[in-house]
Amino acid sequence: MSLLVETRDLHKRFGGIHAVRGVNLRVQRGEVLGFLGPNGAGKTTTMRMITGFLEPTDGSAWVDGVNVALDPLRAKSRMGYLPEGAPCYPDMRVEEFLSFIARARGYRGTELKARVERAIMSVNLTLVRRQTFETLSKGYRRRTGIAQSLLHDPPVLILDEPTDGLDPNQKFEVRSLIRQLGKDRAIILSTHLLEEVEAVCTRAVIINRGTVVFDGTPAEMDAKAPASIKVNRLDHVFRELTTGDVPGGKP
Amino acid sequence: MIARTLVIARREFAAYFATPLAAVFLVIFLFLAGLFTFNIGSFYERGQADLRPFFQFHPWLFLFLVPAVSMRLWAEERRTGTIELLTTLPFRLGELVVGKFLAAWGFTLVALALTVPTWITVNWLGEPDNGVILCGYVGSALMAGAFLAVGACISSTSKSQVIAFVSCVVACFLLLLTGFPAVQDFFNGWAPRAVVEAVSSMSVLTHFDSMVRGVLDARDLLYFISVMVAFLFMNALLIDWKKAL
Repeated sequence: MSLLVETRDLHKRFGGIHAVRGVNLRVQRGEVLGFLGPNGAGKTTTMRMITGFLEPTDGSAWVDGVNVALDPLRAKSRMGYLPEGAPCYPDMRVEEFLSFIARARGYRGTELKARVERAIMSVNLTLVRRQTFETLSKGYRRRTGIAQSLLHDPPVLILDEPTDGLDPNQKFEVRSLIRQLGKDRAIILSTHLLEEVEAVCTRAVIINRGTVVFDGTPAEMDAKAPASIKVNRLDHVFRELTTGDVPGGKP
Repeated sequence: MIARTLVIARREFAAYFATPLAAVFLVIFLFLAGLFTFNIGSFYERGQADLRPFFQFHPWLFLFLVPAVSMRLWAEERRTGTIELLTTLPFRLGELVVGKFLAAWGFTLVALALTVPTWITVNWLGEPDNGVILCGYVGSALMAGAFLAVGACISSTSKSQVIAFVSCVVACFLLLLTGFPAVQDFFNGWAPRAVVEAVSSMSVLTHFDSMVRGVLDARDLLYFISVMVAFLFMNALLIDWKKAL
């Protein structure tokens, strides 16, 4: 096992708002970390600091032993990133877009073609490969976003809500893909769906108001719920940790 | 490094042609260039074999058309969120900034190249000094580059292409305005000579005019190149600054 992602006391302030308050994460190879939290808890901001899109106000992020702020180029070449909402260029065709990403990652010629081809196959984009993004459904956009993040076979994957907007079949496929990819990589994925944590994650981290309130395996999370709760046990734990409504919950 | 810059430039250049923007821009540019040269500029009536009437209107044409080319460069990336994708790819900031600029410049050079029939016409009608004309083309290309650098820089400050367009027109207009006799007269009355000269030397118009007259002066080249470098540098700073916000 090797440590592939690490954040050390990560802070982010936006003006007067202290969005992330000292987040420490350690993700090993072979781990799929489910990053949970209510809207506005600081999930996306934390991920953006790991990928180098935002600069931390304090603390540091490390990817595969590289400090993201000090050597961003090397850090960026070791991770794949699906930004929130899977942004894309509306006038570009799927194939063109993936070729552009491959070229940006330094591939040329037959290697480039092979990489693009493999990415298209891995998330089943064959049917839409010649379509422009503006004609694609939300699910296909998201899948192209995932394909783009996998193109260079990075040891680290940061996926911001990878299954948002997918139908149940697509969710199933993407989750199987993530499980399979997670075997020899470190993956951080943010999600609102607690079922996803059980389905794909080896570990769950819950963040609330910028601080980590839980870090453990899905089984440990489940064990936090009282025995009297029979269904949606993870939901109960999540609510307890992120709101003050449930008795014993943290405000 | 150059290879990576060209990856960006290539995508951006293709992006112009992926929408009707390229066609609309080229048609309007060529139509207006022709109208200004032959009708308003009295190309035939002057009875002189040169392209002065053609170049004379370029600053004013570019004032409105160049911001239309530059406005999308960064504003669109911000609006669609693709800036997050782009800046987390293994590019240096300089490669992104220069790549985008080169694409926009390349596109305006295509527009300029399509005016070659005017050059052919004047050669067919008379015997112009082709060196002067070439110098005019170089001046025109440099002026477009300077405006584009200003536009790219402004585009990086906003999510809105409309704001980017309007602010760029105003900024370019100010760059033109300082060379105007009226503005210089305003300073002439009271300001020291050095100030008057400094103000006038800031103007795109002053440097462009001398190139159109066929004078290829290192100072003019230096002027345009420094405007481009300064604004592209500022563009990179602005993008980097937003990261820390």
